[in-house]
Amino acid sequence: MGNFYTSTDHFALMPALVLALFGCAGLFFRRISGVAMLLAGELFTGIALWRQLQVGAFTAFGGGLTIDGLGLFFNFLFVAAAVVTGLISYRYLDIEEEHHPEFYGLLMLAQCGMFFLATGTELVTLFTGMELMSVTFYVLVGFLRESKRSNEAALKYLLLGAFSSGILAYGLSLFYGLTGTTKLTPMAQALAALDPGHPAVLLALATTAAGLFFKIAAAPFHMWAPDAYEGAPTPVTAYLSVASKAAAFALLLRLFLGPLAPLRDTWQPVVMVVAILSLTIGNLAAVTQSNIKRLLAYSSISHAGYILLGIAAGNETGLRGALLYTLVYTFMNLGAFLVLVALRRRNLPSETLEDFAGLMRYSPVYAVLMLVFLLSLAGIPPTAGFVAKAYLFLALVEAQQYVLAVIGTVYVAVSLYYYFRIVRVMFAGEAKEQAPLEISWGVGVSTALTALATLGLGLWPEPLFQWVKGVAR
Amino acid sequence: MISLLLLTPLAGMLVSLFLPAKWSKYWAAAVSAATAALSIQLLRTGAAAERVPWIPTLGVDYHVAADGISQLMLVLTAVMTLLAILASFESITERTKEFYSLLLLLESAMLGVFVAQDLVLFFVFFEFSLVPMYFLIGLWGGARRLYAAIKFFLYTLSGSVFLLLGIIVLYLKGGAKTFDAATLLAVPLDEVTAQWVFWAFFLAFAIKVPMFPLHTWLPDAHTEAPTAGSVILAGVMLKMGTYGFLRFSLPLLPKSGHAREIVTAMAVLSIIAILYGALVSLMQKDWKRLVAYSSVSHLGFCTLGLFSLNASGISGSVLQQVNHGISTGLLFLIVGLVYERRHTRVIADFGGLAHAMPNLAVIFAIAMLSSAGLPLLNGFVGEFAILNGAYQANALWAYWSVPGVVLGAAYLLWLYQRTMLGPQQEINRGLPDLSVREWLTVLPLVAWAISIGVYPKPYFDLIAPGVKAALEALHRS
Repeated sequence: MGNFYTSTDHFALMPALVLALFGCAGLFFRRISGVAMLLAGELFTGIALWRQLQVGAFTAFGGGLTIDGLGLFFNFLFVAAAVVTGLISYRYLDIEEEHHPEFYGLLMLAQCGMFFLATGTELVTLFTGMELMSVTFYVLVGFLRESKRSNEAALKYLLLGAFSSGILAYGLSLFYGLTGTTKLTPMAQALAALDPGHPAVLLALATTAAGLFFKIAAAPFHMWAPDAYEGAPTPVTAYLSVASKAAAFALLLRLFLGPLAPLRDTWQPVVMVVAILSLTIGNLAAVTQSNIKRLLAYSSISHAGYILLGIAAGNETGLRGALLYTLVYTFMNLGAFLVLVALRRRNLPSETLEDFAGLMRYSPVYAVLMLVFLLSLAGIPPTAGFVAKAYLFLALVEAQQYVLAVIGTVYVAVSLYYYFRIVRVMFAGEAKEQAPLEISWGVGVSTALTALATLGLGLWPEPLFQWVKGVAR
Repeated sequence: MISLLLLTPLAGMLVSLFLPAKWSKYWAAAVSAATAALSIQLLRTGAAAERVPWIPTLGVDYHVAADGISQLMLVLTAVMTLLAILASFESITERTKEFYSLLLLLESAMLGVFVAQDLVLFFVFFEFSLVPMYFLIGLWGGARRLYAAIKFFLYTLSGSVFLLLGIIVLYLKGGAKTFDAATLLAVPLDEVTAQWVFWAFFLAFAIKVPMFPLHTWLPDAHTEAPTAGSVILAGVMLKMGTYGFLRFSLPLLPKSGHAREIVTAMAVLSIIAILYGALVSLMQKDWKRLVAYSSVSHLGFCTLGLFSLNASGISGSVLQQVNHGISTGLLFLIVGLVYERRHTRVIADFGGLAHAMPNLAVIFAIAMLSSAGLPLLNGFVGEFAILNGAYQANALWAYWSVPGVVLGAAYLLWLYQRTMLGPQQEINRGLPDLSVREWLTVLPLVAWAISIGVYPKPYFDLIAPGVKAALEALHRS
């Protein structure tokens, strides 16, 4: 046991160490210094990740962590999401009168869990990462202690989340029992030797998949999402809807394309059905929502469906498409929530459709930015959302999944309808109250960056294609 | 040169965002006039194709080129936008900066559709043009504007998503990592794939044209849109559909199997559109709605000409697309002029307008006759060539569509009689006739209509190479 903690291990663990260190330190800093702490932490995390990127793929802790293109891809995404969430939070928390130092620390601790989800290749590590992230999010969702809705959301999320974690743990333990190892690489070999139709294998697969589908909020395991999204503080909703979903997708990709790849014939139909259900339920339920956070919650269920379509395609293009879509979704969905945060004023929650009425009159910039994000979410060119959707359809056609491709395209039109309900009130509605927006610099900067990414990756997607090509090997 | 043409309105739009609102209409007029001048220059000199890699990983290029047909469409687009802007000077009083910016943005997108040689680029322009038009209808339109705007958007979008799938199938079948239109349209397809791809493209263009029975968005959108919106919708955007048919659907026509039946189905749908559109126009009580439905009928002629699959029919169809832009554009402009004075479009509210507005009556007469296809005016040339082509293809098609010409004359003349002639109504007394600016908006189109009608040869010469290429693609096996 001489190599218990080698320098390679240390190097691999660095981003998580930085996050944990700054996260714990962040618990003691207030307001602006909290944000500064978060930014500093993310900067060092980014540097650590960048150095890992230079080295190339390697494993550490005897195969417990794998630092590869896939893991780093997701980790950069988490950094972007955390930075944006931190930047938009301080004014928001002031308005809610819930400004506590723990907030920024919790953001980073959640991200620390995500790091293990994206890079872990060992079941216990992965499960611990999942729990670190989830538990932190239970707290974050209920961060508005005085708000009944926030408390209710946190409790619902906690109960259902704990339940799903239990199911996931059950599935993972069955896999351990079947293969006698917790490391993914030997597990893949052991599973390939097993009969894929064996009831124990099926049970393990079903329970693992159910737990994962819950975490990405795919139908029919989506019930927690609208409530949690609606009740949580808006920056947390934003973070939850992109980073937590992306982390769960990272785990899903690791498992399904790693050790579970031999069982593809079993899980592929399941993924297809779940994708279709998510598209259907997410899109159709969003049509009737009048609360924008709820509307975006249902729309994010449908976006999970789109990402799953890429996995269901089952080819390399599909995997690239899923990664591309996850990244693009991060920017456009964050952007939409950013506008919600920008509109939050004292005495005006800015959460219902009417609160957006006449936005074009008093804040044309934010109205147009919201339009860009919504067009991208719907997949209208020349935004990044169009590129991502078109690439997914390309993957589906390539895999000859024509029915899935047609279903995916039809729902583009449906989603346009409800996104344009927001556009309609923003541009055609009459403003009830002309209270000026109080835009903090954090919100301004992050909205500009996300809009730039959303439009820029639509007009010039080549670098993104190159990156994703390198990751998805 | 082509990129300059595309960028001029876009740059103009960006600049106008920083100009004071009261200047925006003059600025927009100047920019669109410059664009129109550029487009005419391009028509005279021609322009080299431009090709730059855009997304090399997938083989998407920024590839633009303009043959005679495209050049004509560019001029039509630029002129219609200029006139639409001129026509809006007094009728648009709210949010003028946004209005003119959107018009310029729309112009860039529409110009792009007619020059794109890469299918992804084409799709981007084709689909993006919906966004500014949605706002033009939804923000400055009539009473049911928001309903009409989202209906327009959803209808057209539902078609174009299938276009995207069709493009992707072609790309994968081609297997050459390129979205170049000429390459992909020549990819040999098996029978089943050819059918699916054809119908996917068909759906997108048929909704845009619109072909019966996919036309129901049109009366709402055209009627509710502001004058500028209607002029551009009828004058240019519908042509994106027929242009798509010409450039993509004809080469993609399945070569074996049910080719015969498909062409017959297209012709039958076109004839239904011709007759049905005309009959419905005859029944309209709303002036603008009448003009809107007449588009269904006229575009039926255009698609009939295309699917005659011979030189006469196709070139007539291309010319008729321009003609329809001119005459229906004029008719919408006139409805707008009258609406600005009376704030009603109900035909029964008018009568004897010729007494108060003799100049308008003359212009309206020319527009109406050009739309009805009177010899020596533009509409006649196009309709004649189309009917000639249809007759060559199948005499029955010509027989069945001729009543459409008669019905067209009927609803237009009856409209003229009910609005312009007859005893003058008291309320219409003293309406001001055309102002100088209004003369400027209508005169170019009147002159254009007469010039095509009297001497159409240069237009046919301009169109001929493109038609020849389309026919060659059609007979390639």
